[in-house]
Order: sequence, then structure tokens, then C-alpha cells
Amino acid sequence: MSSNQSEPDSPPQTLVKIRGLRYFRGSRAIFDGVDMDIKRGKLTAIMGPSGTGKTTLLRLIGGQLRPQQGSIIVDGMEVNKLNHRQLYELRKRMGMLFQNGALLTDLNVFDNVAFPLREHTRLPESMVRSLVLMKLQAVGLRGAHKLIPSELSGGMSRRVALARAIALDPMMIMYDEPFTGQDPISMGVLVSLLKNLNDALNLTSILVSHDVRETLSIADDVYVISEGKVVEHGPADVVQKSGSDWVQQFIQGKNDGPVPFHYPAPELIDDLMHG
Amino acid sequence: MLDQLQRLGSASLNTLERLGRGHLFLLNVLTGIPGLFLRFRLVIHQIYSVGVLSLLIIGVAGLFVGMVLGLQGYNTLVDFGAEESLGVVVALTLVRELGPVVAALLFAGRAGSALTAEIGLMKATEQLSAMEMMAVDPLHRVVAPRLLAGFIALPLLAALFSAVGVMGGYFVGVGLLGVDEGAFWSQMEDKVDLFDDVLNGVIKSIVFGFVVTWIAVFEGYDTTPTSEGVGRATTRTVVHSSLAVLGLDFVLTALMFGD
Repeated sequence: MSSNQSEPDSPPQTLVKIRGLRYFRGSRAIFDGVDMDIKRGKLTAIMGPSGTGKTTLLRLIGGQLRPQQGSIIVDGMEVNKLNHRQLYELRKRMGMLFQNGALLTDLNVFDNVAFPLREHTRLPESMVRSLVLMKLQAVGLRGAHKLIPSELSGGMSRRVALARAIALDPMMIMYDEPFTGQDPISMGVLVSLLKNLNDALNLTSILVSHDVRETLSIADDVYVISEGKVVEHGPADVVQKSGSDWVQQFIQGKNDGPVPFHYPAPELIDDLMHG
Repeated sequence: MLDQLQRLGSASLNTLERLGRGHLFLLNVLTGIPGLFLRFRLVIHQIYSVGVLSLLIIGVAGLFVGMVLGLQGYNTLVDFGAEESLGVVVALTLVRELGPVVAALLFAGRAGSALTAEIGLMKATEQLSAMEMMAVDPLHRVVAPRLLAGFIALPLLAALFSAVGVMGGYFVGVGLLGVDEGAFWSQMEDKVDLFDDVLNGVIKSIVFGFVVTWIAVFEGYDTTPTSEGVGRATTRTVVHSSLAVLGLDFVLTALMFGD
């Protein structure tokens, strides 16, 4: 793709650069030579079937896991070479939305959103209050600021967690399966919220999901991963027209194809006769 | 046979590895303790939940243990005509042994298990991960205040246990069985030494408080993040910390009173 920001002095267009990533869990390769470029200001989706390590990828980018080989460079810094302090400084500029929100259950909604502000800044309480209410307003939950996490629905928890993730105005935000298990209304709310926040705050977003339709509707750039490798990459429409049978099966949700319906097993007749 | 040897080997390696992880964990937590003095509110909150909320069980247990000591002590001493020493017997038993040990065992069951379950569930629901990603070290923000709170709370609880126990002994011995009140208190005052007895008891409870809380927070932090894992970790906390308390009690008693 051509770029109008290619002069050496301007900030590089790629915010996260992954090269030759290999990550093993035991002897199983979760990633086996993955290259990715996450572009600044764009919403990049990473799709793939369950168990392909999409969440693991976010943890690798956030420095919670270390790769066995390869490099992950976030904003010019190689994540797995940073010391504890540098890593924590970098994380202040990253937001992450966990699958179920991961709100702190002993704090109410207001205090959850205020948590990063109180931990990392010395702002007076009046300013914390204004900031928290503004962030909650952005996700439509200002009226719920006194509720405790157990009183929230799944979709509301994720929106509160989203307000918390943007509390420190990060440069990028990572979403781990934000649409899983949502009813159509909260799904629609989350989808438009993600897109709007990305555009309004000029964020770089990484969205990990296997909800194909919703994800393709908002993503600028899509990576499809399977069995540790990138099998397709490009803008949403290119991925949709992919010539790969596997990608087509995944996007259209066919029950049989390159990914077989049956888990590998001996012939049925043999199993029945000798079992 | 070879199979069994292999299993023995791998079990021992696992145990050693966990022991190592536990110590590294402690080291990382301890580096967060100095920062807590600037935000002592966090510690006070934890002292409330591990200490104040344990008051009832400690108080009631202390009272009954003291009453039993009064009864048993009297029955034994009266045979030798030495029932006036009842105060000394009750006080020494409580201050030297039963106060620190029984309070620690109850603390492990009441507060230790709660700590493990709380931290374990925070891990299972990704709250600890979320904190890490918000650039807040959970070892410093979540674990360190709890460790310090346990360390502060148990000696106070043990002291309370002993005090209530002495009152229980007094109630049974003087109130019900007719031991002379003056003899009960004056002999106690005469024979119980501040340094040899009381201070040694306090040292014991400080050590127990530290060990029980360390085991509890480590088990929580190191748990397998599933409901089964949290359940097992909670059980392990109670079993391991009770055994550690009893084992350490012997060692400390031998060092303090073994001459």
C-alpha cells in the first residue's frame, strides 16, 4: 500500500511490528513464524478459530508473555527486552479490554474507571471525578456510576471496562473478544462504540474476535490466523473474497471443509468392532 | 518400579520449583512494602478484613480454651493442694503456647482461606491481569497490603486470645471453683515474666502471622485459575499453614525455652 507518511522524520506508520514470532506452549506451537504490522490510527482485526492463540497474541504484545523467538516492537520499543519499569511505562499507553471486562469486583463502577487515574496521576479528586464522568458518558453509562460490577450485565461490564481502558488516553487499545455472548442490541452498541472511539480518539485498535460479520464491518485491516500462521491478510473486502478454501469456510461458517467436522479418529467401523 | 521412581522424581521437582517460586514471589512482594507506608489506607482496609472480622471467632475460642484450662488445671492441681497456682498455669499455657498457636490455626482457617480464595478468584476473573495491563503491579497493590495486614493482625489477635483466655480461666477457677482471687492474680503476676514468657509468645505470633499470610497469598496467586483450582488452593492454604504453624512452634519453643 502506498503511504503519504513515508518520510523518515515522521512517526512510523506502523505502531506494532511483529517479526518472525514463535511461541510454544509445551511442545505445541501457538505461533510459528508470524509477521504483522499494526498501523497507527487504524482498527486492525485478528481473526481465527478458537484456540489459535488470539488472546495469547495480545498478551505477547502487552508483555505479559515472552516469545521464544522473534520480535514484537511497539512504538519503537522491543517489548520483551524492556525491564520491569520500562514495560510498565509502556503499558500506561496501552489499554486492554478483557473478554469479560475484568472489573475489580470490590470497587463500584466509578472507582473502577478512576482506578488507573488514581494509581498513576496525582490529580485532585474533583478532576478525577470530571474525567471519570466524561469517560463514562462516552460509553453511555454515566448514570450507572454508583453500581457495583455484580449489578451490571455482560455488555455493560465491557463498556465500563472500555471506559477504564481509555481513562489514561492511551495510544492503542486491545480488545479481546469484545462481542462474545452479547445479545444483538449490546453487540450493536459495542460495535459502533469501538469504531467511534477509534476514530474520535485517533486510537490504534487491535480487535481479536471470531465474530466474522461484526468484525469485518468495522475493521480497516484484517489478519486471519490459523495453526500458528497468518493465512490471509488485507482490507476486509479482500479477505472476504479470499481464494483460500479455509478462509471461506471460516468466514461463511460452513460445518465441513478443510477443517473437518470430525476430530481425527480411526474408522468408525473399526472402533465399533474392536472397542 | 521405574514408573514410580519417575513420578517420585517429578513430584519432588515440582515441590522444589514451587518452593522456589514462593520465595521469589515473597521477594517481589517485599519490595512493595515500603511504598505502602505512603498509602497506609490500603493496609488498614485489609487489617479490617483479616483482623477485625476474625475477632469473634478468636474471642469465643479464647474464652472457651481459657475456661477448659481453668477446669482441667484445677482438677489436677487440687490433688496436690496447689490450686492457688491456677492463675500461673492458665496464663503461662496461654501466653507461651496456646495463644499464639491456636490463634494462628484459627486465623489460617478464617482469614488465610479467605485471602487465598479472594486472590485466586481475582486471578481467575483476570482482575490481576487487568491490573498488570493498567501498569499496576498486583504484587504491590493487591498482595503486599494483605501480607502486611496479616503480619500486623495476628499478634494482636493472639494477645487478645490470651487475654480473653485468662478471663475464662478466672471465671471458672475463681468464680465457680472457689480459688482464692488474690492468689490467682498475685501468683500470675509473680511468675509470668514479661520477656521470657510474654515477649517470646509475641515473637511466635509474629512469625506465625508472617508464615500463614505468606502461604495464603502465595497459594491464591499461584492457583490454577479455575473454580476447582481455587478450591484446592484454599484447602492447601489451611493444611500447609496449620502444619507450618505446628512445626515452627516446636522449633521456636526449642530455641526459646530449650536451655
